[in-house]
Amino acid sequence: MAVTTAPAGRRRISKRQLRDWIAGYLFASPFIIGFSVFIAFPMLYSVYLIFVEWDLLSPPSFVGFANLARMFKDPKVNLSLYNSAFYTIFAVPIQLTISFTLALALTQRIRFRDFYRAGFYMPIIVPLVASAVVWQRVLHPEFGILNEALGWFGFEPRMWLFEPKLTKPAFIFMSFWMIGRQMVIFIAGLGNIPDSLKEAASLDGAGAWGQLRYVVLPLMTPLIFYNSVIAIINSFQTFVPAMIMTEGGPQDATLFVVLNIYRNAFQYFNMGYASALAWELFVIVVGFTLVQFYLSNRWVYYEEGD
Amino acid sequence: MRSDRQAQGALATGWQSSAAELQAGGTLRRRQDEGSRSGWERVRLAALQLFMTFLVITFLVPTFWMISSSLKVSTEVFAHPIVWLPQDPHWNNYVKAFQLLPLTRFIVNTLIIVLFAVVGTVVSSALVAYSFARISWPGRNFWFGLLLATMMLPDVVTLVPRFLIFKNLKWIDTWLPLIVPYWGGIGAIYVFLMRQFFRGIPMELEDAAEIDGANRMRVLIQILLPLSKPVIATVAVFALLQHYNDFMNPLIYINSMDKWPLALGIRAYNDSYAKNWEVVFAASTVMLTPMVAIFIVAQRYFVQGIAMTGFGGR
Repeated sequence: MAVTTAPAGRRRISKRQLRDWIAGYLFASPFIIGFSVFIAFPMLYSVYLIFVEWDLLSPPSFVGFANLARMFKDPKVNLSLYNSAFYTIFAVPIQLTISFTLALALTQRIRFRDFYRAGFYMPIIVPLVASAVVWQRVLHPEFGILNEALGWFGFEPRMWLFEPKLTKPAFIFMSFWMIGRQMVIFIAGLGNIPDSLKEAASLDGAGAWGQLRYVVLPLMTPLIFYNSVIAIINSFQTFVPAMIMTEGGPQDATLFVVLNIYRNAFQYFNMGYASALAWELFVIVVGFTLVQFYLSNRWVYYEEGD
Repeated sequence: MRSDRQAQGALATGWQSSAAELQAGGTLRRRQDEGSRSGWERVRLAALQLFMTFLVITFLVPTFWMISSSLKVSTEVFAHPIVWLPQDPHWNNYVKAFQLLPLTRFIVNTLIIVLFAVVGTVVSSALVAYSFARISWPGRNFWFGLLLATMMLPDVVTLVPRFLIFKNLKWIDTWLPLIVPYWGGIGAIYVFLMRQFFRGIPMELEDAAEIDGANRMRVLIQILLPLSKPVIATVAVFALLQHYNDFMNPLIYINSMDKWPLALGIRAYNDSYAKNWEVVFAASTVMLTPMVAIFIVAQRYFVQGIAMTGFGGR
């Protein structure tokens, strides 16, 4: 982000400059205050909380590293990490593939493109709670439409949300329904690829596949990267469907990290332990993001002088 | 000073062409194969058309099913094979939904919460974005960097301590935790969007204004904001979606049912009347309807906003 700041006059500050400084801070003050009060201070506070035990009834007591030690051994914690990782690792790449393919398809010369785009985007505007409520029933073994539809093709009905092995796949399947945002970003990006580049490639003898492979994909890598970073952050924080559709079950198959944190904080009232878990998730998510940024140098194409 | 209308016109076309570019997506092929559409190409496109139609119907089915089932009698809801359209629409399900739980109350609560949260988001983002876009002050880059960094921050880290802070302030079971933080300009993406937009507005307008002695607040309100309607609309629509959707914060902060927003209300239908699918669906449809209306009216702001935030990562 190239922000050109006027070189600060070291020798003397003009009146006008001083006025600017004050104005700058005043206008930015909602963020400076908001950030300090609602982000920075809570984060520091939760670092302190990692080292205490506190059920909100009796005063907090210092326990040292007990929360952290417990965290690494807690089978529920490890299970919740496994569940979230499983969900993310399978859901995100397939989501990206579907949304990218849709974007490609919807930038072809077909009719009713705007209608298709709106249709694929529509699930995003369904409030999360409502979509969880609906999908709980879409996946219902007896009266759900998924089993009904599978029946048309001769498949046996499945107990999607009641069989531990099937629940995460069902959640992943459901997440494909909500790829509208990614799709719109990809469509926008595809629209920004200059025709001339493709024409040049086609003059060089590249077919449709060659153009896709050597022109479109490289130019789209920044958006693929962006979408994957956001999707991973979001997937690791899945909460609403698990809370509403399965309450973490069956047999903790959908006990995702955030649900586990929520339970420890607001059902078991272990403020300290919940903070430790939250920090664990924080480290994982930020770690993932940093690794992605690091690896991005190898595959993401940045136009020079952008 | 150049006339406002002129500038507005220039900006509007600039915006539209860039938005058109963003939205267009498809037009790029148009020229390419204008004359050279072979038979094979036509078959391919027809197949694609067919497949997309099938797929989009699949995507729409869950929502359609929810709405249609909200008008069924329960024998139709639990019928095999599936009844896609109720024989006659059973509007009574909606009456029942309004009677079983205080749905009107939930709607009013949601309106109040969302209104204050969205206004707060727009006002604070505009102020902060103006500072980042137009004023040079020491530490600006540092704070802007922090702002961008918060985009990568999982909200969960601040979940517990924020709860404790609000508990200390005795704000539990009030709407304040759902509103006040958003007056703090901490929605990084919104500030970022506005800043980008402000930076695209020519400076000369303001320079002229400052010579006129107008102070910065007036510059923002009288010159920049009137020119920034598209980005304000985008931010408002996004914030609206966010707060309308919010489930976890109300879940944590609001205990009494008469203060619940819709998100918690729908969950209550799902928990208490799990067997009455048609009522649960009716309540969910009530929650969905305003979103559909807004989507239809403000569709282009949804698309523009997403496209713009998409490029934020570039």
